[in-house]
Amino acid sequence: MKDMATQTLLLEIKGLEKRFDLDKGFLETVKFKDGRLTRETRSVHAVNNVNLDVAKGEALCVVGESGCGKSTVARLVAGLLAPSAGEIHYEGQRIDDLSRNEMLPLRKKIQMIFQNPYASLNPRMTILQALEEPVRHHNPKFSAAEVRDKVTEVMMSVGVDPTWIKRYPHEFSGGQRQRIAIARALTVDPEFIIADEPISALDVSIQAQVLNLMLEAKESRGLTYLFITHDLSVVEHFGTRVAVLYLGTVCEVADTATLFSNPKHPYTKALLSAVPQLKDDRPNHIRLKGEIPTPINLPQGCPFESRCIFANGRCKSEKPRAIHQPDGSIVACHALEEGRLDADAPGL
Amino acid sequence: MSTESLNPTAEPSRWTKIWNSNMGYSFRKNPVAVVSMIIFLMIAVAAFFAPLIAPYDPYDPASIDIMNSEYPPFWVDGSLPDFSLGTDDQGRDLWSTILYGTRLSLLIGVCAVALQAFLGISIGLIAGYVGGRLDSLLMRLADIQLSFSTLMVAIIFLAVTQAMFGSETFNQYAVFFLIAVIGVAEWPQYARTVRATVLAEKKKEYVDSARVLGFGPGRIMVRHILPNSLSPIFVISTVQVANAIISEASLSFLGLGMPPSQPSLGSLISSGFDYIFSGSWWITVIPGVILVVLVLVINLLGDWMRDVLNPKLYKG
Amino acid sequence: MSLLSVRDLTVKFAMRENTVTALNGISFDVAKGERLGIVGESGAGKSITGFALMNLLSRPGFIDSGQIMFEGEDVVGMNDKQLRGMRGNRMAMIFQDPMVTLNPVLTIGQQMIETLMAHRKLSREEARQIAIVKLREVYIPSPEDRLDQYPHELSGGMRQRIIIAIALLLDPQLIIADEPTTALDVTIQADIMELLLELCQSNQVGLILITHDLGVVSQMTERTLVMYAGRIIESGRTREIINDPQHPYTQGLINALPQQTLPGQRLKQIPGNMPSLTNIPPGCPFNPRCEYATDLCRSRIPEISHFGEVEVACHEVQRLQSNDARQEAKA
Repeated sequence: MKDMATQTLLLEIKGLEKRFDLDKGFLETVKFKDGRLTRETRSVHAVNNVNLDVAKGEALCVVGESGCGKSTVARLVAGLLAPSAGEIHYEGQRIDDLSRNEMLPLRKKIQMIFQNPYASLNPRMTILQALEEPVRHHNPKFSAAEVRDKVTEVMMSVGVDPTWIKRYPHEFSGGQRQRIAIARALTVDPEFIIADEPISALDVSIQAQVLNLMLEAKESRGLTYLFITHDLSVVEHFGTRVAVLYLGTVCEVADTATLFSNPKHPYTKALLSAVPQLKDDRPNHIRLKGEIPTPINLPQGCPFESRCIFANGRCKSEKPRAIHQPDGSIVACHALEEGRLDADAPGL
Repeated sequence: MSTESLNPTAEPSRWTKIWNSNMGYSFRKNPVAVVSMIIFLMIAVAAFFAPLIAPYDPYDPASIDIMNSEYPPFWVDGSLPDFSLGTDDQGRDLWSTILYGTRLSLLIGVCAVALQAFLGISIGLIAGYVGGRLDSLLMRLADIQLSFSTLMVAIIFLAVTQAMFGSETFNQYAVFFLIAVIGVAEWPQYARTVRATVLAEKKKEYVDSARVLGFGPGRIMVRHILPNSLSPIFVISTVQVANAIISEASLSFLGLGMPPSQPSLGSLISSGFDYIFSGSWWITVIPGVILVVLVLVINLLGDWMRDVLNPKLYKG
Repeated sequence: MSLLSVRDLTVKFAMRENTVTALNGISFDVAKGERLGIVGESGAGKSITGFALMNLLSRPGFIDSGQIMFEGEDVVGMNDKQLRGMRGNRMAMIFQDPMVTLNPVLTIGQQMIETLMAHRKLSREEARQIAIVKLREVYIPSPEDRLDQYPHELSGGMRQRIIIAIALLLDPQLIIADEPTTALDVTIQADIMELLLELCQSNQVGLILITHDLGVVSQMTERTLVMYAGRIIESGRTREIINDPQHPYTQGLINALPQQTLPGQRLKQIPGNMPSLTNIPPGCPFNPRCEYATDLCRSRIPEISHFGEVEVACHEVQRLQSNDARQEAKA
């Protein structure tokens, strides 16, 4: 965050919240309790008061375990979901409440790459159709030759063989499909790309290919990324900054190097220690007690309280605020604030 | 990149592709489907080329002689060599009449199903894609429609129209009335199936991808979701054609369908029914057998198609 | 005598018009209490190996030839009764998705007790006690209550613990774990792996760990097999394979990991894709993707050669080694 002032902010997320109602329809909300009928709606609190900034040229990685709301954040930013509260600004313009037509010019700027390349391409469209469609849609005045030129240019730049164009997605392997999906997103010349676990469905040797491709595109096209992943080794390699999410709440935001050399939040520490290391013989990972609670009934205090070895009464009752640290990271933890983390704790 | 495998020297033709596809393979390996297809094609081709094949034109009063009525088919004593399958009560050649009647039955069946499909697919797509209140409203409508049996709706509708327009006008436009009533009565079959597949497809990432690329709902529905929902549509279409043919035959048998001057299979069976006890069984039985065979082979083809296109069964 | 000895195992799949070879003459041994990792990408045949060892392959897959000697008996020739006696009892399997293994309409207790009673002469109460002990071994809190719960009432990590408890129920000699933690989160994965390691070590149970994750293999196993397109291309002590891989594919696989490159730099990628089983190139299956490939590699399948404790199937491994030596000398 130190050079934030000198960089131009591209995306600002302010107080973002998303709840999904579990009980749909009137009848499901009616419950029989203590001898009388009451109406209550249970909802999943997927994202809770998330504040994030993405500067131009950055690759902000959002990490967390399943159910932590990282994909929901991606979908909210992409406009696939509408937030329950909070605002999303892109280049200073509020984008979360735009209609489809107002959003259209922004669609050229913000694109998304999905996790599962087996599902993100329409199985009934040839590669050519899939690539030409967005070009035509966003450039209605293009002639057939111009459309073709654009498609060929993108295909060459992402290593999609031009002889593939007449084939259907099922004829390709996962890595090739992900390449095609990336090409499709790039056909509209975006400047901001939301990547939702783009390599987690791929094999190790193919992951490297796709990651390299995304790095190349970042340099040659000046792209900014919001990169959602659960894989910390990818984060360390790809991200410039990292946001750690737990139960829909941001625990820690820091520059990648800072986060990996000096993690502060107890959850970040546990997460980092759990990654299986290639060269270490013995894992010395921090065991967390219990498992992630369901986001249906959120704890009143810190969401990580139930699994944290440093938790005390305050953690149970009061939500920690995000506090700027001297090294530029932002951490939401009472124990850190009170200096309780430095004391020698069991397991650390 | 190893692209050799993806780069065949010659593009195979569409037919070879279909023949070699999973569907083509399972078709070749399924004798029931092959036989059904052959019989269906024979009936369909004969019906389509009825004016060329039929020795007489049953619509032309000049070619009909009442004196020729109720001749039996050729394997029964007393038959005339001119009328291979005998004649009906009005002296029409039964073979020609069946050809024309089958053509009419198939036409009504296919057109009614096209109408059903159009209504059902549109409503199902919109209900599934838009969701929310509109979905609830449309689906409750479908429930109401389904709770009345097709025949009941058709009987009321046709009886009322017959009374309103008089049987002269009604007989003239009977084909259209039948198509309309069978088409409208059965749209929920399509709407429900299409809605279910749309709900499943809508969750897939390619739909999200299309939304992120800024495509409108119409384009996403028609270009992206619909082509991926075709398998179940094909399956119900075959069964629905068979059902529509049965409905038409039933209505005609009840005297609410095709008039005797333009006989369909149903009205032919109906008109022969009066003579069944006077010994002229063939007027009813032969068209009846054709109807049963036609409906049976279509249903068998539908069963086969369901087995092939249902991914659960296929993987199981 | 080794616990499990696999010799020239070949598995084929009957396709429409022809058969496809999914496993091509693989041989390996597992000693008593040994932990073996099988690493490979999707399509390498590692899961098929697991299924073949249990003789669980179903149509269209079948064991074409080869021998699987488990505790001195040939699994390939066993009849159904013998197989039932072996599976779950002496050789257990843990699958990737716990929901597939657990029957959703039976409680945990029913599933465990019935498994026990099917294999051992026990009363229901005795079986229940054993089940509770086993659940406690996998650190399930209040195991008595868990027995009456249904699988869907438990979290993913808890379910996988129960799967491990069920696998250990009859004190097997060998556990085959097929990507046991792929469906789980990192923190849970670390717990489960530690648990599995602990249980195997304390009970002297052999483990075959099938995974795509080199980090997991590195921490869990003593020996490793690397598979590619239905063949074993490298095998040996895990530490040696991770620290000094010989086969170009293993090298590529390790070098492609993001940890091996400085942040922001290009990863060392292996070009191309794993060939599909219907279209395996002639010669060494890896040759189209290999930077060292020669005409020999393109025409002949490499034999397995020994390098110290490591076995490698590569024509060029000798030359690669001298290259390495030269580079080291330069440095």
